[in-house]
Amino acid sequence: MSDTHAQSTAFVRETMLPAKPAPVTQTGAVRWLRENLFSGPVNTALTLIGLFFVYTLVTHFYPWFRHSVWNANSMAECRAAITASFGDGATGACWAMIRERWHQFIFGFYPPELYWRPIAVFVLLFVALAPVLFTHLPRILLCFSVVYPLVAIWLLWGGSIWPVTMVAVGFVLGWLMLRLLSGVGSILAIVAAVVVPVLFWVFAVGPLDDALTSVLPLAIEPVASDRFGGFLLAITIGVGGIVMSLPLGVILALGRQSNMFLIKTFSVIFIEFIRGVPLITLLFVASLLLNYFLPPGTNFDIILRVMILVTLFAAAYIAEVIRGGLAALPRGQYEAADALGLDYWKAQRLIILPQALKISIPGIVSTFIGMFKDTTLVTFVGLFDPLKGIPDFIRADFNWKGIYWEPFIFVGTIFFILNFSMSRYSMYLERKLKRDHR
Amino acid sequence: MTSASDAPEPGFRLSQLIYDTRYRSLTIQVVTFILVMAGVAWLIDNTVQNLNQLGKDFNFSFLTNRAGYDIGQQLIPYTNDNTHARAMLVGLLNTLWVSVLGCATATVIGVVVGVLRLSNNWLVSRLMTVYVETFRNIPVLLWILVSLALLTELTPAPNAYKINPATGEAAASMWLFDSIAPTNRYTAVPSIEFTHGLGAIDTPFAPISLNFLLIAAVLIGSVWLNRRVRHHAHQVQDATGVRPTTWWKSLLILVGPVVVVALALGFRLNEPELKGFNFVGGLNVSNAFVALWLGLSIYTGAFIAEIVRAGILAVSKGQTEAAFALGLRPNRTMSLVILPQALRVIVPPLISQFLNLTKNSSLAIAVGYMDLRGTLGGITLNQTGRELEAILLMMLIYLLISLTISGLMNIYNNTVKLKER
Repeated sequence: MSDTHAQSTAFVRETMLPAKPAPVTQTGAVRWLRENLFSGPVNTALTLIGLFFVYTLVTHFYPWFRHSVWNANSMAECRAAITASFGDGATGACWAMIRERWHQFIFGFYPPELYWRPIAVFVLLFVALAPVLFTHLPRILLCFSVVYPLVAIWLLWGGSIWPVTMVAVGFVLGWLMLRLLSGVGSILAIVAAVVVPVLFWVFAVGPLDDALTSVLPLAIEPVASDRFGGFLLAITIGVGGIVMSLPLGVILALGRQSNMFLIKTFSVIFIEFIRGVPLITLLFVASLLLNYFLPPGTNFDIILRVMILVTLFAAAYIAEVIRGGLAALPRGQYEAADALGLDYWKAQRLIILPQALKISIPGIVSTFIGMFKDTTLVTFVGLFDPLKGIPDFIRADFNWKGIYWEPFIFVGTIFFILNFSMSRYSMYLERKLKRDHR
Repeated sequence: MTSASDAPEPGFRLSQLIYDTRYRSLTIQVVTFILVMAGVAWLIDNTVQNLNQLGKDFNFSFLTNRAGYDIGQQLIPYTNDNTHARAMLVGLLNTLWVSVLGCATATVIGVVVGVLRLSNNWLVSRLMTVYVETFRNIPVLLWILVSLALLTELTPAPNAYKINPATGEAAASMWLFDSIAPTNRYTAVPSIEFTHGLGAIDTPFAPISLNFLLIAAVLIGSVWLNRRVRHHAHQVQDATGVRPTTWWKSLLILVGPVVVVALALGFRLNEPELKGFNFVGGLNVSNAFVALWLGLSIYTGAFIAEIVRAGILAVSKGQTEAAFALGLRPNRTMSLVILPQALRVIVPPLISQFLNLTKNSSLAIAVGYMDLRGTLGGITLNQTGRELEAILLMMLIYLLISLTISGLMNIYNNTVKLKER
């Protein structure tokens, strides 16, 4: 059989044929389309619905954007310009309003000749943040980060430099007490570090301030709180709340995890109460009730009052996030810290919190994003937030009556950019800090 | 042989309160307690002084006074002759109503978007990512205001639906077979009517419609019967290995009786009709309500989408493969293997989103919807000037709602969580 077969073979190919190109449906764009957009009836239907949706959006909004007007002094001029260039019935965006009023969206009613102050504060914010965010920078920069809040307060609100300096001196006094007395006894040092600055602020600040002001009146033009508005206000409240709520949140979380019954109970009551009520009611407390709770005659700044309540609000949420981080740590970490003979605070500072905070980063950042978004609610206690307060104010001007979409788009875009970059940064941080045990 | 003697027992010294770990925690707790109580006492003392100075007292009797204002949307009967307490109750029900509807809509949006975001379809998954990122990063207040602006600026006035006698056509046309008419003040939708209904029982709280009671009773009966059928099918399957077909029986049991009862009661949709300048006949749902509902739903929907996506991704691929290896069909795999495990991850953050939505419903202030804050914390507060009582009561009510929801969540969590040993 095999012999006959060998004989009957007339032709044997001795060279390889070159490989044929893959069928056109299996390569390049066609293959990608088939796999990603039209892989089955359901998929095809979804693609078509998606395409239709995109088409509708584009056909509805593109003409509106294409007919944008950048140079006009009122809504009526805008409409006239659009009709003149694109015919009757054409609609278009009137960005002229943003062009004319952008400074109110950004700075509120801050005096224009002093705009350099908020801008300087904003730039310095990044200088202060840099050593915190990027670990390879020289550590000495952290000193500036510590001083930054007071510098920012002074630049934003202006006035004499001495009250701010007095606050700083108080903190330095507390720190000195802690350093000098820690040799004598840790409890004594802590008590002294709290009591001495408080006594200093209550009794020494008034006369010292007067004396220093009369000797060396260093002051810049003061700006009242009601001049604040727009993103300046949102960022001031947001950053202030973030800075103050993080330490408070850590303390509350530790309190809630504590073995001491009373401390745990107080922490739980505080956290659950704050988390159980809407922020808006807390803002009403800030604007209406704080005057009842404080000694008669006390009346302080509305922005500060709002900031305090926003801080308490954010702290309760951060406490819950950090509690999650603490609970996620393996029991062995606590036991190892005990075995090394570390006391409670040392164990927390050196072993527990660095790991717990690392786990909690995504949650902390999303709390911050949430809080920054919630700063828009201050409009309901009469402050000029960028989302409702400022546009309402602009619409009250007859020239810009009836302008709705442009401010929404402008403000929404800025919020999106800020929040989106924050969430991307938290993802980067999460990856960078990840220590996988392979 | 020496016997170990106990260390000499020294008397209690005061310094032990600080340096002895046995007593230190007690000291810290007592000091904290005293400080907190002192703080609370200070606040109360300030409040009493301030109230005295203003000549006010602290009591809630204003709740029994005549309210004297109207509320646009009321789920229970209310007139401006009713008390402030009744107005508060109407507001509370409005809060709960928009929250419940919002939670339902947000869940539907979230589940659909979350699943689609995982789909292999490039276009759809990108679109869903854009949706989620856009809505999560922009304040909910903007979405509520945009919804309101859409409803008030882009919809016609009610009389635009009037047919022009000259042309025989109206400037605007109604949606869905002439049943829904969005206008710049309200959306007119059909209402449900029973032509020969059973009437209602009057209670001081609210009239209870016997028709709805009857339908609810029939529904509960149907569900119970359906369970019996399924139970029977299980028994047959266990005994013989063959599961009898039940879907048509279930369908019949669940739908049939309700339809029969509804027809017997003379169920019909009362369609809105333009009379003069306004729609009558149906229900006119205020734009404030629709805007709040839409804004809250699309915003929270984006968060729920992320939760659903994370939940599905949290179930490892091995589970699916193991289920296939056991011979389970794909839909049984989904319902018996994937979903129960994904739900354990999804439900706790989902409930916390529901809580957020409920609290965010207080943004009704932005659109003028009369919720709890609009009644008790708004007009009642302004009319009576009792901000202390009104705001404290409002916070207490919100707190109770939150605690109830989170309490239910904890019970559910305990039933579904992994039993670890």
